[in-house]
Amino acid sequence: MADIRCDIAGVKSPNPFWLASAPPTDKEYNVVRAFKAGWGGVVWKTLGEDPPIVNVSSRYGAMTYNGTRMAGFNNIELITDRPLDVNLREIKQVKRDWPDRAMVVSLMVPCEEENWRNILKQVEETEADAVELNFGCPHGMSERGMGSAVGQVPEYIEMVTRWCKKHSRMPVFVKLTPNVTNVLGPARAAKAGGADAVSLINTINSIMSVDLDIMAPTPTVGGKGSHGGYCGPAVKPIAMHMVAEIARDPECAGLPISGIGGISDWRDAAEFMSLGAGSVQVCTAAMHKGFKIVEDMIDGLGYWMDGKGHATLEDFRGAAVPNVTDWQYLDINYETVAKIDQDLCIQCGLCHIACEDTSHQAIAAQKDNGSRRYEVIDAECVGCNLCMHVCPVEGCISMVEVDNGKDYMNWTQDPRNPMNQKAAE
Amino acid sequence: MGNQPDIAAGRLTDSDYAENFSDVHPPLDRKAALIEASRCYFCYDAPCIEACPTGIDIPSFIRKISTDNVRGAAQDILDENVMGGACARVCPTEVLCQEACVRNTQEHKPVQIGLLQRYATDAVMDDAAHPFQRAEPTGKRVAVVGAGPAGLSCAHRLAMHGHDVVVFEAKAKAGGLNEYGIAAYKVPEDFAHREVDFILEIGGIEIRNGQALGRDIALADLRRDYDAVFLGMGLGGVRALGLEGEDLGGVYNAVDFIADLRQSDNLASLPVGRKVVVIGGGNTAIDIAVQTKRLGAEDVTLVYRRGPEAMSATGHEQEFAQVNGVKIKHWAQPRQIRGAHDHVTDVVFEYTQLDDNGRLGGTGDAFSVPADMVFKAIGQEMLPLPQANGGSELLEMDGACIAVNDERQTSLPDVWAGGDCVAVSEDLTVAAVQDGKLAAESINRFLRS
Repeated sequence: MADIRCDIAGVKSPNPFWLASAPPTDKEYNVVRAFKAGWGGVVWKTLGEDPPIVNVSSRYGAMTYNGTRMAGFNNIELITDRPLDVNLREIKQVKRDWPDRAMVVSLMVPCEEENWRNILKQVEETEADAVELNFGCPHGMSERGMGSAVGQVPEYIEMVTRWCKKHSRMPVFVKLTPNVTNVLGPARAAKAGGADAVSLINTINSIMSVDLDIMAPTPTVGGKGSHGGYCGPAVKPIAMHMVAEIARDPECAGLPISGIGGISDWRDAAEFMSLGAGSVQVCTAAMHKGFKIVEDMIDGLGYWMDGKGHATLEDFRGAAVPNVTDWQYLDINYETVAKIDQDLCIQCGLCHIACEDTSHQAIAAQKDNGSRRYEVIDAECVGCNLCMHVCPVEGCISMVEVDNGKDYMNWTQDPRNPMNQKAAE
Repeated sequence: MGNQPDIAAGRLTDSDYAENFSDVHPPLDRKAALIEASRCYFCYDAPCIEACPTGIDIPSFIRKISTDNVRGAAQDILDENVMGGACARVCPTEVLCQEACVRNTQEHKPVQIGLLQRYATDAVMDDAAHPFQRAEPTGKRVAVVGAGPAGLSCAHRLAMHGHDVVVFEAKAKAGGLNEYGIAAYKVPEDFAHREVDFILEIGGIEIRNGQALGRDIALADLRRDYDAVFLGMGLGGVRALGLEGEDLGGVYNAVDFIADLRQSDNLASLPVGRKVVVIGGGNTAIDIAVQTKRLGAEDVTLVYRRGPEAMSATGHEQEFAQVNGVKIKHWAQPRQIRGAHDHVTDVVFEYTQLDDNGRLGGTGDAFSVPADMVFKAIGQEMLPLPQANGGSELLEMDGACIAVNDERQTSLPDVWAGGDCVAVSEDLTVAAVQDGKLAAESINRFLRS
């Protein structure tokens, strides 16, 4: 089977599947169970300064969609609530017992050079492989000037990263918050500060739901709620966009990425890697189903790579990045129309009503003696894809390329572009 | 053969009776309902709506279930079918809405529409507030004959439109076949009675029990005393086999035995034979066969003169009987019921086949099935016509049933009819409810014109 050993910023692991800094990596007991299950590495739950923080009850909110539990997930838990020396002792022991696994230690201390210098020295003694700077936590800690409060100010990111590089020989991963308008600012700042890699995304500010009986957001703590960090399968598209933006940014070129955000299986992982991620970090899926899910991730990725002829992760890492472009470079002349396979059609009519009510009136509903037939009107179809997405039968509606004889032309070249008139002359 | 008939009560333990006659399809809990509701595609121009005789907007009510809008779901159902609760339990959904479900095409597993309908209607029937309001009183009075599904549906819709309704019911209880005729495990826990109470909550409906048309009341009198009349008395008669031995002890009409069973408050007191023979191929035949089996009969044999596809019981019902241990024999017709000491001992059947012209005939070969009890379930028919008892004008008939137009109006301008006693109706609860609803709308237009 394909070789899925991973090497990112000098941190090596037998596979690219790491557990993200979160409750599953809070202590030796959990991490040892994870390593026994096969996880390639962990980012230990964020360490802070003593005295340890205090957590509230309850801490998690979840979104069930159409019977699927935890399609989205959030938490209002803070960093580790255990004493620093206990965590450091356990980290050291686990790294000693599991030398082939990646041991990255997440850190969060106040924005003073001395505070960072102090904790880095202590972590170094554990012989951990790297540190990850938690500039992402969007709740609680941010109110105290840490977490995303740092991650939202590129200058702070650069400054703290620089301190860490100065006071430690360990590779430094900078974990980015998605709660910004453009992730490139923080990413470039991390690079400028000397970061060895970035990890993203941390969680997204969110209110999971409102309990309409008590009129309070969930998770509810004594009748009140606070915004929490959103994660799980629902955030994957947002995370992948941010990963791709960094991967294709010339200023960030060469900056390794540890991808995070809704990764639940090998396919999710392969998608993040195709967009440039070197390793991937998982939390919600493990919290939902336990550590055993890594088995499918490992052999699923391996079998897929075998099928595609990829011998190592580097063979496909970033392969999709050149195909991520700006809208203005898309081919305006490219045309598709929907095609309905009448043999597969079950006559649910969803394609018709979606197109009729909300799009281009391009699918005709015909009824003959009680039997229904839905037919695409090619001349009206703009190839928007909506019908294909609403169709419940896989493969029933496909988008077929129309050979219109036209060559590639993007918006910057299009004479219909008003901004283009002068340039064209 | 010469042994004493083995007919006994109390063949089972109390817990066996309880289990055998509890809900045959247990209700969905909220979680199961949400998962099942999520399987509905919310089709445009949904085929299931077309397949429902009462035209319930099925995708709409299922979507409402999926959003926990159970009240809205129930309202969608009850607006079209006030006996949506009964129909959720007794409809042959496998040949109606669920047969039309587009999920069949793809995966041969329709959305469980019947169970979802029950989930919604049960919730509202347990609710204190009746989901309908009456219109301003019109002062008009309508007589309804028969408090079965057709009559109650008609009465409820008329009451909703502001008319006052008197329902004349021959039996001691309202509900019709839901109370007396449907297999007990389909409508347990006194459901039929609870549903009647629910329907009557709208107000403006008076039920007079023990009032049979032709015996206690006459159509001419009803026409004189009321602004309109609806006839929904069903089929009071049972077809006879016309065979030697039919009057022997141990030979019963299936509908009578089922009515006794339904009214019994102690199933252990109901005597049942060790060996039971059922003659017929409809739902009544299935119901009596399964219920006697579940009362503790050892061998129950259902004999039908044609093949499985000709049975009016659906394939689903036939399979249900077989799973319950009923032996179904096709292609045989009864020739003689034999007995000793005035009690049945066995039934002689002759094998049948179709001739070249497609006509059914005996092959001449016979076999005998021993029986302690024999149940006749070869169909019901309308009792002698109501107009025989007074009334100068005659109701036009269509075969053995009352002739009606699309609005369920009879040949008499102020008389409507529906349910099993009209020719156009399928013998289904849901069809009877639709008849009553259509007739009520027509009567309302008539009374307001």
